[in-house]
Amino acid sequence: MAKQTFKWDDPFLLNEQLDDEERMIRDTARRFCQDKLMPGIIEANRNETFDREIMTEMGGMGLLGSTIPEEYGGSGLSYVVYGLIAREVERVDSGYRSAMSVQSSLVMHPIYTYGTEEQRRKYLPKLASGEWVGCFGLTEPNHGSDPGSMETRAKKVDGGWILHGSKTWITNSSIADVFVVWAKASTDGEIHGFILEKGMKGLSAPKIEGKFSLRASVTGEIVMDEVFVPDENFFQNVVGLKGPFGCLNRARYGISWGALGAAEFCWHAARQYTLDRPQFGRPLAANQLIQLKLANMMTEITLGLQSVLRVGRLMDEGKFTPEMISLVKRNSCGKALEIARHARDMHGANGVSDEYHIIRHLMNLESVNTYEGTNDIHALILGKAQTGIQAFL
Amino acid sequence: MKTWVYIDHFKGEAVPASWETIGAAKSLGSDVTAVILGTGVDALAKAAFEYGADEVVLADNSALEDFRVEAYANALSPLVTDAAPGLLLFPTTSRGRELAGMVAIDLNTGVLVDVIAMELDGDKVVATRPIYAGKLLQKTVCNASPQIITVRGRIFAKPEAEPGRSGTLTKVDVNVGDAPTTVEGYGESTGGVSLADAGVIVSGGRGVSNNPNLTPPDGMSDDEAEVWRAQQGFALITDLAGVLNAAVGASRAAVDANYIPYANQVGQTGKVVSPDLYIANGISGAIQHLAGMRNSKVIVAINKDPDAPIFKMARYGVVGDLHEIVPALTVAMKAKLGK
Amino acid sequence: MKIVVCVKQVPDSAANLVAENGVASWGDAPLVINPWDEYAVEAALNMGGDVTVVSMGDENAKEALKHALAMGCQEAILVSDPALANVDTQGAAKALAAAIEKIGDVKMAFFGRQAIDGDAGITPAQTARVLGWPALTFTASIAVDGDSVKVERSVEEGRQTVSANLPAVFSIVKDYGEPRYPSFMGIRKASKAEIPLWGLTDLGIEAPASVVEWPELNNPPAKDVSVEIIEGGSPTEIAEKLADKIMAEKIL
Repeated sequence: MAKQTFKWDDPFLLNEQLDDEERMIRDTARRFCQDKLMPGIIEANRNETFDREIMTEMGGMGLLGSTIPEEYGGSGLSYVVYGLIAREVERVDSGYRSAMSVQSSLVMHPIYTYGTEEQRRKYLPKLASGEWVGCFGLTEPNHGSDPGSMETRAKKVDGGWILHGSKTWITNSSIADVFVVWAKASTDGEIHGFILEKGMKGLSAPKIEGKFSLRASVTGEIVMDEVFVPDENFFQNVVGLKGPFGCLNRARYGISWGALGAAEFCWHAARQYTLDRPQFGRPLAANQLIQLKLANMMTEITLGLQSVLRVGRLMDEGKFTPEMISLVKRNSCGKALEIARHARDMHGANGVSDEYHIIRHLMNLESVNTYEGTNDIHALILGKAQTGIQAFL
Repeated sequence: MKTWVYIDHFKGEAVPASWETIGAAKSLGSDVTAVILGTGVDALAKAAFEYGADEVVLADNSALEDFRVEAYANALSPLVTDAAPGLLLFPTTSRGRELAGMVAIDLNTGVLVDVIAMELDGDKVVATRPIYAGKLLQKTVCNASPQIITVRGRIFAKPEAEPGRSGTLTKVDVNVGDAPTTVEGYGESTGGVSLADAGVIVSGGRGVSNNPNLTPPDGMSDDEAEVWRAQQGFALITDLAGVLNAAVGASRAAVDANYIPYANQVGQTGKVVSPDLYIANGISGAIQHLAGMRNSKVIVAINKDPDAPIFKMARYGVVGDLHEIVPALTVAMKAKLGK
Repeated sequence: MKIVVCVKQVPDSAANLVAENGVASWGDAPLVINPWDEYAVEAALNMGGDVTVVSMGDENAKEALKHALAMGCQEAILVSDPALANVDTQGAAKALAAAIEKIGDVKMAFFGRQAIDGDAGITPAQTARVLGWPALTFTASIAVDGDSVKVERSVEEGRQTVSANLPAVFSIVKDYGEPRYPSFMGIRKASKAEIPLWGLTDLGIEAPASVVEWPELNNPPAKDVSVEIIEGGSPTEIAEKLADKIMAEKIL
């Protein structure tokens, strides 16, 4: 038997836990991300611009709605593969991964799962190709972690609904062609989903300026001033918060992989930087304090990747629960943020220069740790799951 | 050992590596027969004698006007069979490589490509050739006759020309046979010094676009503005190259970002070069690039990042902004060279 | 129209190669399709025929074949035989030519300009010679018109336009244009593909005699350079000092 050597960048041989198809897609996604996304990221982040063309390129690669069946323009990939792709995209930037997650999990997934056949045929192929950009409106100015108290209303009228209200912190909204919006219906007082389209009267989506995080992705509001939405744009197959939550579970799962991709970038960069940079006549990496930080990074990332792979396999087997996703979303984001902070520190002054990428990942991960369920909210979900006691109130 | 050297030329103009190859053959202690194929190439025979050929075999045939590898192989293989040299050398140009390869098939022998050193072991040439773009060196021998070798340019010294030196000129008739290709014409030459022949190369990387003091013209997209900035940066590099009579090179990153055509790319997936002087500007030094230029005699690196790997390969380094250093160096070199 | 593209599996270009006991070692670096060959696959796929990708080597070479399948090739064949394990370029050309003939009715055979491991760059020309087909090497663009073809070659002196009749061998350079990424659907199909193995008996040829030997493999001598950093108060002062150093090297 060949002597087994320790691979510092893959301590538990995750690579061998993947099959050929998974490995090839990961490698292709990595190459695409490094060749096409990485070269422009500093400028995009510095100038707070999102190149619309990136959605078309992602679509061309099959990155959008990759778990959706082929007949609707997807690639019918597994959740493990979706996770592997998210990791590669977020290794470049959390903003790009956000754009991909929103399109895939928050727009295409509900249209596929809750939509009618007509809705699927109309929207999914164009969203998959990146010809259309989608966004997802749940969070409101006054309701973040508590979407059940949302204020956006949908009033039933002849032939459709009148939507009124506003949503905020909406990724992709100001460039979106398709808006999946959740509102409380006048008929039953429950939360329902609607598909809005750019150009509908009374619909606007102003951009939110001045973000210090996810600067390479567009974030905006959705303002609905008595917008008429026809009946054919109504999700008939889901009622209540389980609609948006079903989407968020998928997105959060992608985030749990993605955040670790950003963390890996920071870890590898910190390792290389401290190996390359001599101070006091020897590399920084020769210091115990540096090595401790590197050891912690290696440990958290290695354990984290095993956990998200396991959850991905369970999703592919149809055996997952939302609590599993809360566990990995919270763990990956919290640990990634911690790793980015340490990597920032290890880069010294260069750590705050965008040319070294670390400060960008750090700023991004502050959002990633917050959105789609804050670290604390997911702790409460896990608390409730084991005590049976709801501690949100 | 009877040695033949193929004189590679483009439209009657010999590539310098052809004369270096005569020098390489001489260094093995061989009498050298230069073999020249073409149309109206008598001048090459004269030059071959001056560079040290003892004999010249010359085939002048109108079908050989343009280099077409099949036609040239059809002409050359029977000549080699008849004369039976023990060693047949070519310069490593794209023509030399292919012709050597086809002749080897015709004569059922082997070919050692892009050799940088040769030593004799009896009648066998033990050749050294770089593989993996020079990351490793392979010693190799050919166990059939003739031993066919292509010799890398700018490795073996070009012999001093001895004006008036002469030797035996044999003109031969060749049967070019059925050559299946037609050369329809040539595009415009890109001009400038070619990377392969250059004694000095001035190269630019991604850093050339990094001049914040430039304001691109109105109405450019971000991508266009970046390329525009890079072109201003490469203009500085071209100025320096002009003063040094140098070729302009580039890293893969610069080529991939559309700053400069692929023909200028130095590295493992570009051209492997070994000039006397290589000046790397704003090139960090990816392993693929280093593999392509590591055999340069003197390497100068100018880069903002003191930790750039290129400095590990360089003899002289400047940690600074190429947009300031390069123009100043152009001025300084112009003065030193009296231009 | 039947089209063949020949590819090779090589260590990634970023690999650090080391000679260990006369054998090349690339550590943990992955084996990938030869980067030049991706351009050849791209060109082959653009010709609008059925493309069969062929590689020669051991089981490992299947990865390169799968990459080409994932890019869109229809079929893959691995030429593999213990007698071909240490074959020289002439032997490789004979085996590949035999495979192309066995596939039958092939009009165009594509190669990358060279493999980044051996760097010889003569297999396309040698295979063409064995087949008796024209070798249209260093091709940057291709126009097919019935049975004739016109190509632009990217040679040292610039562009050259050459015409020939099919069948022909082509080697493709980077100027041809960016190779496509494998599609995810393509990867799904490729990862399940059964790839037939053709040995010498399948090809109907004798083991080609290898006349080239490689008795030694060495690491290049370590470059003894320690960089001298030129410093100064202004760019002009630095440039002046650097110019003096360059002049003192007596290489200009």
